[in-house]
Amino acid sequence: MNQVAEPIAFTPERQKRVDQMIANYPEGRQKSALLPVLHVAQEQWGWLSSEVMDHVAKLLDIQPIEVYEVATFYTMFHLDPVGKNVIEYCRTGPCCLMGAEDVYSHLKQKLGIQAGETTPDGLFSLKEVECLAACGWGPVFQIREKYYMNLTNEKVDSIIEELSQ
Amino acid sequence: MSKKILLEHAHIEGIETFDTYRKNGGYEALEKAIKTMSPEAVVEEAKKSGVRGRGGAGFPMGMKWGFLAKPEGVPRYLVCNADESEPGTFKDHYLMKTIPHLLIEGMIISSFALGANKSFIYVRGELMYVINILQQAIAEAKANGFLGKNILGSGYDLELVVHPGGGAYICGEETALLESLEGKRGNPRNKPPFPAVKGLYQCPTVVNNVESIANMVWIINNGGDAYAAVGVGRSTGTKLISASGHIKNPGVYEIELGLSVEEFMNSDEYCGGIRDGHHLKALVAGGSSVPIIPANLVYKTANGEDRLMSYESLSDGGFATGTMLGSGGFIVFDETACIVRNTWNFSRFYHHESCGQCSPCREGTGWMEKVLHRIEHGHGNMRDIDLLVDVAKKIEGNTICPLGDAAAWPVASAIRHFRDEFEWHVKYPKEATRPGAVYMGEAELV
Ligand SMILES: NC(=O)C1=CN([C@@H]2O[C@H](COP(=O)(O)OP(=O)(O)OC[C@H]3O[C@@H](n4cnc5c(N)ncnc54)[C@H](O)[C@@H]3O)[C@@H](O)[C@H]2O)C=CC1
Ligand SMILES: Cc1cc2nc3c(=O)[nH]c(=O)nc-3n(C[C@H](O)[C@H](O)[C@H](O)COP(=O)(O)O)c2cc1C
Ligand code: SF4
Ligand code: FES
Repeated sequence: MNQVAEPIAFTPERQKRVDQMIANYPEGRQKSALLPVLHVAQEQWGWLSSEVMDHVAKLLDIQPIEVYEVATFYTMFHLDPVGKNVIEYCRTGPCCLMGAEDVYSHLKQKLGIQAGETTPDGLFSLKEVECLAACGWGPVFQIREKYYMNLTNEKVDSIIEELSQ
Repeated sequence: MSKKILLEHAHIEGIETFDTYRKNGGYEALEKAIKTMSPEAVVEEAKKSGVRGRGGAGFPMGMKWGFLAKPEGVPRYLVCNADESEPGTFKDHYLMKTIPHLLIEGMIISSFALGANKSFIYVRGELMYVINILQQAIAEAKANGFLGKNILGSGYDLELVVHPGGGAYICGEETALLESLEGKRGNPRNKPPFPAVKGLYQCPTVVNNVESIANMVWIINNGGDAYAAVGVGRSTGTKLISASGHIKNPGVYEIELGLSVEEFMNSDEYCGGIRDGHHLKALVAGGSSVPIIPANLVYKTANGEDRLMSYESLSDGGFATGTMLGSGGFIVFDETACIVRNTWNFSRFYHHESCGQCSPCREGTGWMEKVLHRIEHGHGNMRDIDLLVDVAKKIEGNTICPLGDAAAWPVASAIRHFRDEFEWHVKYPKEATRPGAVYMGEAELV
């Protein structure tokens, strides 16, 4: 609650992308742009607060409830604040066959947190996700747009160290 | 060397760029289709090819295109299904990141055939980096006159839009995908009506998988008959297989349909065999939704025939002794894999991904997950095993979309073939739940 009450607005560059997204769909079907626009919003604010969702509703000329409904259905959207790097690691069967369970316990130990938690310095959050369509290259996690594949304990160490700089 | 229809140029340096793709024969099929063929003639080639939907259901693509309704004055849409979320499946991911123009060219040819002026590629949102690759390819195609207004002076206009999903397996189901594309939750619709009659914005729509559409490039270059000559029987052409699990060379392979499972598994050109010092225990041939089969049914069918990589041969024996080609997610288990643990893992997946509309699926997947968790963690009893079979039966066939079946089949088949392993977990909970503990009893290993 101690946030500065700034008016919510996309940066000019992002607003341009949002306008283009809306123009991608037929006249009167601007609601179709909801998922793409929510991704841009999460890119800017890191997570989707109700203020941000209300802003998106206004831009698309739909009811706020239509945005909440969607944002809560899809697992990629963070509805609470998260750390700077959200590590989304795949816990599904094929990755487990590739040794994922051991690598992830190492990851958790290294960061000292469990899935759903954020490190005290706010640098890392952990999130369990389902199959990322990279099963043969598992174990795998993603941080924002980047996929990290064929993970080993050593690889995990160096990724964490690099992102801690 | 097996026939290559999709990945022939995939290993060429720079093939993701327009120039390299073009130098290797790219966009020649599009020129041929737009300059020398009518849309109907393109549909005809698709029919002749016999190519079947590569998203998993195997429905003949040309037939689906023929079902597309064409009411006057109503737009028609083509939507490419690039939601790829079936555990064990990563072929579309590979194709799109490696040779994006193949999909773009296929989309333009297919849109032309169907008379669509705006087409969509729905890509799972996690693959944002692949979305950027596709956007780049689209921009290049546009800059070269292959996309946009008046393509190659033909008067045909097409706009391609890449749409990101938001993380939801169910949005790979075509009607859920259409809901999602309309900016809603991904709740599947009742079928019929099929999308070909009422799809996106209630307009006639064809939904096809990435691999299905990419095949059109070769089909136009070489003719539908040439495509139909590849493969075996009603399994024409090639198939991308995503291979994962306990094999030497996990990865994406293009195979000619009809290749023997044994060769695919053990040849160095493909999986390279089970990893050193281990033995085959089980196989899921077509993504997590299809039945699991034990080692003794992998290379030979119950009738003693060679098992082939084809729609018919993999499902030979039905649910009793067969599996399915599905999406081509080839998941291999060696003797170190715990079938109970894997079944629990898959059940948790389906429970997590159920959209919640139908109670048999919503509640049933939850039950199965809970009971399997109990058995795997040493608190199960013998009645639980029959309970699982019972719950699976009650879900099957009683839901709006096949996610319910997809959740039931892996459980039912695991118990059918590995019942002793479930019983062992119940009888020896301490031993069975030790980390790394696996039942080594009567299951036949190869
Ligand atoms: N690739 C992946 O990641 C995944 C694939 N799957 C696969 O999905 C399959 C189930 O898919 P469904 O779409 O539910 O199968 P389906 O059999 O209902 O439909 C297959 C295709 O044919 C069309 N079709 C069928 N009958 C038609 C008719 N009379 N008129 C017009 N069009 C018609 C449908 O619209 C659809 O495009 C499963 O077999 C599974 O293998 C399941 C999960 C994930
Ligand atoms: C739960 C569920 C998930 C699915 N996921 C996908 C998917 O990720 N990709 C895909 O192409 N088809 C998927 N399908 C199949 C589609 O509904 C549809 O059959 C397919 O996109 C049609 O294209 P095709 O005929 O070219 O295979 C899924 C089906 C179900 C029931
Ligand atoms: S079967 Fe499951 S996923 Fe499919 S519509 Fe019903 S509840 Fe949703
Ligand atoms: S199971 Fe982990 S990426 Fe598919």
